[in-house]
Amino acid sequence: MLQFLARRLLVAVLVCLTVLTFAFALTRLAGDLAISIAGPNSTAEDIEVVRKAYGLDRPLVTQFFDWVSRAVVGDFGRSYFFREKVSTLIFDRLPITLTLGLVGLGIALSVALPLGVISALREGRPVDRIISLVALLGQAMPSFWLGLVLMITFGLHLGWLPISGTGTWQHFVMPGTVLAFSAIPALMRLTRAGMIDAMSADYIRTARAKGLSRTSIVLKHAARNAAMPVVSIAAVQLGFMLGGSIVIETVFALHGVGFLAWESISKNDFPTVQAVVLLLAIIYTLLTLGADLLNAVLDPRLRAA
Amino acid sequence: MSALLEVEDLEISFGALDAVRGASLEVRRGETHCLVGESGCGKSVTALAVMGLLPSNGARRAKRLAFDGKDILGLDEKGMSRLRGDRMAMIFQEPMTSLNPAYTVGSQMAEVLIRHRGASKRAALDRAAELLARVRITSPGMRLGQYPHQLSGGLRQRVMIAMALMCDPELLIADEPTTALDVTVQAQILRLLADLQKDLGLAILLITHDLGVVARTAHRVSVMYAGEVVESSPVDRLFHRPMHPYTRGLLSCVPVPGKIRRDQPLGSIPGMVPHVTRGFEGCAFRQRCPLTRPDCAGPIERRHPDPDRDYLCQIAPNEMAAP
Ligand SMILES: Nc1ncnc2c1ncn2[C@@H]1O[C@H](COP(=O)(O)OP(=O)(O)OP(=O)(O)O)[C@@H](O)[C@H]1O
Ligand SMILES: [Mg+2]
Repeated sequence: MLQFLARRLLVAVLVCLTVLTFAFALTRLAGDLAISIAGPNSTAEDIEVVRKAYGLDRPLVTQFFDWVSRAVVGDFGRSYFFREKVSTLIFDRLPITLTLGLVGLGIALSVALPLGVISALREGRPVDRIISLVALLGQAMPSFWLGLVLMITFGLHLGWLPISGTGTWQHFVMPGTVLAFSAIPALMRLTRAGMIDAMSADYIRTARAKGLSRTSIVLKHAARNAAMPVVSIAAVQLGFMLGGSIVIETVFALHGVGFLAWESISKNDFPTVQAVVLLLAIIYTLLTLGADLLNAVLDPRLRAA
Repeated sequence: MSALLEVEDLEISFGALDAVRGASLEVRRGETHCLVGESGCGKSVTALAVMGLLPSNGARRAKRLAFDGKDILGLDEKGMSRLRGDRMAMIFQEPMTSLNPAYTVGSQMAEVLIRHRGASKRAALDRAAELLARVRITSPGMRLGQYPHQLSGGLRQRVMIAMALMCDPELLIADEPTTALDVTVQAQILRLLADLQKDLGLAILLITHDLGVVARTAHRVSVMYAGEVVESSPVDRLFHRPMHPYTRGLLSCVPVPGKIRRDQPLGSIPGMVPHVTRGFEGCAFRQRCPLTRPDCAGPIERRHPDPDRDYLCQIAPNEMAAP
C-alpha cells in the first residue's frame, strides 16, 4: 500500500512539473509578450521599457527558473491587469469555483447513481429505455441554453431561486444543476454497465446462494465492484466542472476561477493565465490521485499491484 | 420419514430449449446422492432450479419440489432466501470467480451467520475461523483477513465449502466442486466432503461426471441424459448391474482393473447428444443405443427392476442381458 502511494505521488509530481513547463512555454509561444502588454498604439521605445520592466529581456531559461522558483512557494507575481497579487486573485475566487464544482458533482451523482442502478436492474425493460432516452436528451442540451431556461423558469417566473451572484447556497443550485447535466449521462451509463456486469458475476450467484437480502446483494456485493470506473470518471468530471465552468460562471455571473481565466486570457494577463493553468493542472492531478486511492480502497487487488 | 429433498417431474426451459424434461430425484438425510451425466445434460440447471437460482431467462415447473416435506415450489424469492445459506447451501464449479474479489474471506463468511442467525460480527468471525480449521485450512485467523485473490483455487473451494457450512445446513449441493482444480487437490476436496458428510450427517447432492468419484462417495446415483433422469439406483447395484443402455455405456468407458475391454476404445459412446426441442418424442438415447428398437420412438416406460431402483427404457429387466 505504501509503495502504491509513493508511486502515485511521484507520478503526480512529474505531471505537475510537466504542466509547469507547458504553462510557461504556451504563454511565450503566443507572441511577443512585451508588444501585447504595451498595447497596439505603443512605440518601439515603449515596448523596450515594458520588456525591461517585466524582465522579458532576460534569457528564457532564466525567466523560466525565476518563475518556477517563485511558483513553488505560491508566488505568481502581480497581475498586469488587476493590479493585485495573482495568488490573492485566485484564492479569492477559488472557493466559488470549488463550491460550484462540488455542488454540481453532488447533484450529478445523486441523480446518476440511482438511475444507473435502476436501469441495470431493469435492463431492457421500459424503465431502462426511458432513462436512457432522457439521459440522451439531457446530453444534447447546450448548457448555456439550459441555464437560461432554468433562470427564466425558476428565477423569473417562479421566483424560487436567485438568478445571479454568490451570496447564499441558493445561488449555487441552478448553476450546479446545469453543470451536473453534462456529467450525468456518462456517470449513469458507466454505473449501468458496471452494475449489469457485476450482477451477472459468479459471486452474485454465490451471494444469492447464501440467502443474502436483495439490498445486500445489490448495494454491497454488486455496487462495490461496479464503483471503480464510476469513481475514476467522477474525478475527471469534477475536473471538467472546475476548469470548464466558464460558460456557466458567465451566464450566472459567478466570479470564479473560470471567469478569471477568461478575463485574463482576453486581457493578455499572462502571469494570471500561467497560474490558472497550473492550478487547474494541480487540481486535475490531485483528483486523479484521489480517485486512484479511493479505488485502491475499493479493490484489494489494486493495492497489491 | 420423507426424503430431505424431493424433486418430482422437474421441467426447465430456456425459451424453446427444454433443458430438463421431467426429472425426478430424492436426496435422503445424511446421504450422498450423485448426479452424473455428460456435459450439457442439465445437471447444473437442475441444481440451480432446486435452489431457486435459475438465471432470469430460465423457467421451471414441477409436480413437486419439497424440502424437509414442505413445498418450496410456491416460495417467493424472500422465502427461498431464508432457506438458502441456512438449511440448504451450494458450492459451485468455478472456485476462482465464486467469491467476491472486493471483500475479505472473513467478511464473506461472517455475513451468512449474521444474516440467518443475527449473530454478532465477532461471533460470526469466530465461527468462520472454526470452520476454516474444519476444512483443514492452516492459520485460519490469518486467512479471515485475506482477499480471494491471495488464495489458490483449492483454498478458495475450501473457503466456499466452509462458507456453505456456516449455518449447519441439512443439504449441501456441490456442482462439480473439483472440476476446475488439479488432480491432487481434487482428491483432497472430495475426501474432505466425504468426511464432513459422515461427521455432520449432511445430505449431499454431488454433481460430477467422474464415475470414480461416484464409486467412492455415493450412496445413491441418478444418471441424467439429455434432460431426463434415465436411471436411479443405489450405488452398489448400479455398478454391479447397470440397467439403462446409457449407464452401461458410461460404465464401459471407465477402465476397471482386471476388466479392461480391449475391443472398445476408452471414453466413447458413439454419436452425439441430440438437440432436444419442444415436442420431442421417444427415447433421446435411441440414435446412440446398441439395443434400439422401433418402439423406442414412442412413449417410454419407467421400469422398476427392484425396489429403490428405476430406469427409463423400453427394454424390460428380464429382456436386458447381463452386461
Ligand atoms: N442461462 C442459460 N441460457 C440458455 N441455455 C442454458 C442456460 N444455462 C444452461 N443452458 C442450457 O441448458 C442445458 C443444460 O445445461 P447445464 O449447465 O445444466 O449442463 P451440465 O449438465 O451442468 O453440463 P456440464 O457438465 O458441462 O456442467 C444446456 O443445453 C445449456 O446450453
Ligand atoms: Mg454444470
